[in-house]
Amino acid sequence: MSRAADDLKDFQRFTPKKLPVEEPLAPGHRACQGCGEVLALRQVMKALGNNVIVVSATGCMEIISSAYPQSAWRVPWLHVAFENAAAVASGVEAAYKAMIRKGRIEDKNTTFLAIAGDGGTADIGIQALSGALERGHNFVYVCLDNEAYMNTGIQRSSSTPYGAGTTTSPPGKKSIGQQTWKKNMPAIAAAHDIPYVATGSPAYYVDLMNKAKKASLVKGPAYLHVFSPCPTGWRCAVEDAVQTGRLVVQTKIFPLYEVIDGKYRLSRKVKKPKPVTEYFKLQRRFRHLTEEDVAFIQERVDREYDRLLELCGIAPEE
Amino acid sequence: MAKRVGIEVSIAVSEAVKLANVDVVAAYPITPQTHIVEHLAELVADGHLDAEFIPVESEHSAMSTCCGSSAAGARTYTATSSQGQALMLEICYIAPALRLPIVMTVANRSLSGPISIWNDHSDMMMSRDTGWIQTVAENGQEAFDLTLHAFRVAEDSRVLLPVIINLDGFTLTHVIEPIEILDQKEVDRYLPPYQPQMRLDPEDPVSIGPVGMPEVYTEAKKAQDEAIKGSKEVILEAWQEFGDLFGRYYKPVETYRTDGAETLLVTMGSLSETAMTAVDHMRAKGKDVGLVRIRLFRPFPFEEFLAAVEGAKQIAVMDRALCLNGAGGPLAIEVKAALYDEPERPYIWNYVAGLAGRDVTIENFVEMADGVEAAAADGLRGHYTIINVRE
Repeated sequence: MSRAADDLKDFQRFTPKKLPVEEPLAPGHRACQGCGEVLALRQVMKALGNNVIVVSATGCMEIISSAYPQSAWRVPWLHVAFENAAAVASGVEAAYKAMIRKGRIEDKNTTFLAIAGDGGTADIGIQALSGALERGHNFVYVCLDNEAYMNTGIQRSSSTPYGAGTTTSPPGKKSIGQQTWKKNMPAIAAAHDIPYVATGSPAYYVDLMNKAKKASLVKGPAYLHVFSPCPTGWRCAVEDAVQTGRLVVQTKIFPLYEVIDGKYRLSRKVKKPKPVTEYFKLQRRFRHLTEEDVAFIQERVDREYDRLLELCGIAPEE
Repeated sequence: MAKRVGIEVSIAVSEAVKLANVDVVAAYPITPQTHIVEHLAELVADGHLDAEFIPVESEHSAMSTCCGSSAAGARTYTATSSQGQALMLEICYIAPALRLPIVMTVANRSLSGPISIWNDHSDMMMSRDTGWIQTVAENGQEAFDLTLHAFRVAEDSRVLLPVIINLDGFTLTHVIEPIEILDQKEVDRYLPPYQPQMRLDPEDPVSIGPVGMPEVYTEAKKAQDEAIKGSKEVILEAWQEFGDLFGRYYKPVETYRTDGAETLLVTMGSLSETAMTAVDHMRAKGKDVGLVRIRLFRPFPFEEFLAAVEGAKQIAVMDRALCLNGAGGPLAIEVKAALYDEPERPYIWNYVAGLAGRDVTIENFVEMADGVEAAAADGLRGHYTIINVRE
């Protein structure tokens, strides 16, 4: 496998003035008002263009885009089941490899994209994902993380943040809500020693699109973990979706970074970080948290961010 | 020219897959399927087969990967067994609904628990209603021939359904038999390259696997039902042509010495050969017993089956699986359903035998024939017995 850095050396960045006009994911789908996930997906698709084959896990993005006889997809799209997007994409990629080698089809440098939510990635789909990353298929995996099983009605996943209320992690006299810390999926992906891992947020759309494009340019598996605001599940105002996607970065809760050939690189240094409450107060899933709870979470967020800075070779600031 | 060689049946199956020039094999090891996929991995490693061999991390991913590969337009193969098929079962329901012509060998093995690696038909019965076309091999030659037949049928534009070739674990997979291996030219005459009707291609985008709302789900299922029923014509046609080319003719239901037989045994799989010997013994003693063997399990060949048992007074159906519903074995339940509309129905007794590699002997088949006659004479009800049970 060639090094990702080599694959990316001639990379042409998107800029706000230089964005593609293609919309491989058409408008007119059935997503909720203010959906940050479909926004992120639209940006990823714009970055990848039309020479792509999409494999979708079962989930919000699948149901909102495909109800027969309609389809929002202008590019080839395949949905098989919930937990197997990475395995299905492995098959598509391998089929192309074999058919190209045997001279049955032309090599047009098509991108193979697998998309899944946080449940389809961090919980039920983690085995298939790990297998596909380990085998080294040349594909892009995008986890659209809205931090719970939103399609089934806001049940907690291993990607739900500590303290958040969901329908299966309800806050109560004996519980704070979600009692575990969010699973660090990008680190798990990076541990497979794949060429490219990155985090993104639709609020920073140029950054997200550049990362999606880079993910498609590296040879081998690439993993993109995209923060996907869900007003319906987070109980926030639909007009605040993009703002939550911005605040989650500005509060250091969800830092934007890349891991290229195993090397961590911060995409956006948070110079004057905001307190986590700025992010929490827009969302009713956090409204039960006490000052003490918030302080406990703040301490963890600061520590995790410093740990990331260390991985990126940046000295933490006091 | 075809060559008759002594070869392990699993290896012969892999050679058939190689001759079919598959593009993608995705498989996970499970006893007793292993020799098939090991040999395919070797064929790929040595450059004898130009294919992607994907050593997936589970059977669930094996079938998922096969779905992706087949949807992309590649000729796709996998093999599994028992627990492996149980794990991939979710996707086994989806592959035929997506009309993906995947070919799979199932080295039949009992299901856990208790865990057991030995042969019976529990896995075949588990997947009986998934929508796959299913054939059952009796010997190594059939395993080889049915594999080529499977690709031919699956990929036919009138069918487009996945096909399972059932093969008794160990009893068939691990034995060496004289098998006529066709050469590449012969296979190419029978099996044209796969021409997908529709595939994942950015130049001609399609959406595959959309949500089926209540207003379309029933129609989708009806279409699938029509597809599997309609596949029989192509299955028969492909067998006919196979016979015309290579001299070995196959039928969905085979009969053995059924002329004038008042008592019939009904079997599937490799034990049919033991049953034939038992029939010879009984006929030699003047007993009018015959044998009906089912080769095409899905779609169930109702017409051919009814013709085969016509005139019989009693039937002993052997099942190598047990439905834990108080009704005995699954094959007998189907046979009874098939006969229900007949004005004159034979008496049926079901023998559940050969679970997890338990031997079924010639004597056992004699016992079944005698048993069904006695039960019919006494008008017994209850309708099934598990034989060879150590009390």
